[in-house]
Amino acid sequence: MLGTGILKGLYITAKNLVGSYYSSERLTTIQYPEQRAQLPENYRNFPFLVYDGEDAIDGLRCTACKMCEKECPPQCIYIIPERDEKGKLQKKPKVFDIDISVCMGCGICAEVCPFESIKMDHHFEVAQRNRFAGLLLHREQLAKSNKYYHSIRPKEATAVDESLAEEKRKAEEKAKAAAAAKEAAAKAAAAKAADAAKAKTDDLEEKKN
Amino acid sequence: MSASSESILEAFPLTIRDWLASVVPLDWLQWLILSLIGIVAILTVFGLTFAFTTVTERKLLGRFQNRLGPNRVRIFGIRVFGFFQPFADAVKALTKEDIVPAAADKVLHFLAPCAMVAFSLLGFAVLPFGKHLSLLSNIDAALLYFFAAGAASELAIFMAGWSSNNKFSLISSMRALAQLISYELPLLLVAVPAVLMAGSLSLTGIVVNQGGDLGILNWNVFTPWGFAGFIIFFIAALAECNRCPFDLPEGESEIIAGYLTEYSGFKYALFFMGEYFGMMSLSGLGVTLFLGGWQAPCAALAFIPSYLWFYAKLIVMILCFIWMRATLLRLRMDQLMRLSWKFLVPLALVNLGTVTFWKYTADWEGGMLVARWLIAIALVILPFISLGKVLSSGLGPRKYRYA
Ligand code: SF4
Ligand code: SF4
Repeated sequence: MLGTGILKGLYITAKNLVGSYYSSERLTTIQYPEQRAQLPENYRNFPFLVYDGEDAIDGLRCTACKMCEKECPPQCIYIIPERDEKGKLQKKPKVFDIDISVCMGCGICAEVCPFESIKMDHHFEVAQRNRFAGLLLHREQLAKSNKYYHSIRPKEATAVDESLAEEKRKAEEKAKAAAAAKEAAAKAAAAKAADAAKAKTDDLEEKKN
Repeated sequence: MSASSESILEAFPLTIRDWLASVVPLDWLQWLILSLIGIVAILTVFGLTFAFTTVTERKLLGRFQNRLGPNRVRIFGIRVFGFFQPFADAVKALTKEDIVPAAADKVLHFLAPCAMVAFSLLGFAVLPFGKHLSLLSNIDAALLYFFAAGAASELAIFMAGWSSNNKFSLISSMRALAQLISYELPLLLVAVPAVLMAGSLSLTGIVVNQGGDLGILNWNVFTPWGFAGFIIFFIAALAECNRCPFDLPEGESEIIAGYLTEYSGFKYALFFMGEYFGMMSLSGLGVTLFLGGWQAPCAALAFIPSYLWFYAKLIVMILCFIWMRATLLRLRMDQLMRLSWKFLVPLALVNLGTVTFWKYTADWEGGMLVARWLIAIALVILPFISLGKVLSSGLGPRKYRYA
């Protein structure tokens, strides 16, 4: 009959009105500054740099390889590597800036970094009074501890730690193996040299005879 | 309700007014002051009602949609569930820049919001708020006056649309005119039965006619014709004050707020105010015509002053308006026209026949009384069903082939 649809609609809205006062799953509003939603682990917005140990700058994992700088689609990363007095590269960034007013949060930098150094952050309250200087983040602001990384992305951070440890172990093994091989090679060389010397003396003796 | 059972409270507003007026000795000055006090009282009461209706509406709309609604505003650290919102809104409206388009007709652009508020306030003059409370209670043709004053607000809307020199505004004001004229008719037609039964065009007379020993059952809405009339009145009133689902003149999605497009700051607030005053006075008329006006629902409750009863009924009406807004979608222009001319107007005309029948069978008794009720109910229901069938045949339910 005409009008029943309207009555049904009225019933539904009335149910909402009453229900929203006592059933909390109806009322999904989170009153933001006081209450906060639990962000999902894979949430991402801007990148940050992970450091190990205590000192933020010395502990940076970044080796200034500039991989992220090259890959960043909007080109908002700017890196100058550290050099010592002789001009030799130090595998450390002297300047590492990200302009987050340009960054589009794609996460490509975090994907390409071979040293697990740059990761995506959960921090989204980035409003600033100065839109140029305020939004250009420097090395000091970007550096955040591994502990913080664990606190926002526990799963990923643990996996990263494991793989880093694994890599380190492998590298050590390799180094050991290399050292052993070197030793062996040295021995062999020495033996060879001895042999050669012996042969030479033998030769000489033969000639004498 | 005899005069002896009247409490002091009933006459309380009048006592205060007379006491205030008696301070001045001059006769003509006294008359002036009496009128002024009435005007100020209406402005205060309905101004505050307006303010709190806006916030209540926003809060309720939130709840109707499972949201919280505004709850942030606080004054001196006190946050009463956000009920201070209207004061914040007022400050905001007052301090906003008032932009007048360069190509606008400056005078009309300024006059339109003022006219809107003024015209929508006129209706309050004749509404009987209480047994003794009405500004112009001695007007015999109060109903006619009310409709005449109400129709004038269309002029204000058209002024706004025209003077803005903006095509959206003009389209919207054309829409508003078409809509208001179409719905004025059913509104008038359903007011006639109440007049017929009371035998008087005076609103006070209509209210008095709804009193009696039966209390609430004497109200017009509890008769077959009254019930049908009230529903039609309610729909037409929604359309008259441009409220959802009839807010086509404002259609934000298609004509960016229509005649309000070029208004900002306090002028915009004035339009808003005018709209709410219109809604309140129309609700007041609905209460007067169908819900027994200031009559208490039963004699035992008559100790509560009549003006409070009126006010309570008014609030209930307004809450129903809000409920409608939270539920229904905006109509299309052709649907709007069809609803009025093909549905409401015929039903209102049939309703005239029903009320005539009701009036001339007033002396039927016993079995005939049952027959009277049955016939009257049939007179209401049958046209509704058959007209609804005819009009909605072939229209629904819609099949979404690609959805
Ligand atoms: S998240 Fe994307 S845009 Fe932002 S710095 Fe990394 S690569 Fe560049
Ligand atoms: S953050 Fe990673 S990819 Fe970027 S320069 Fe440092 S080590 Fe290279």
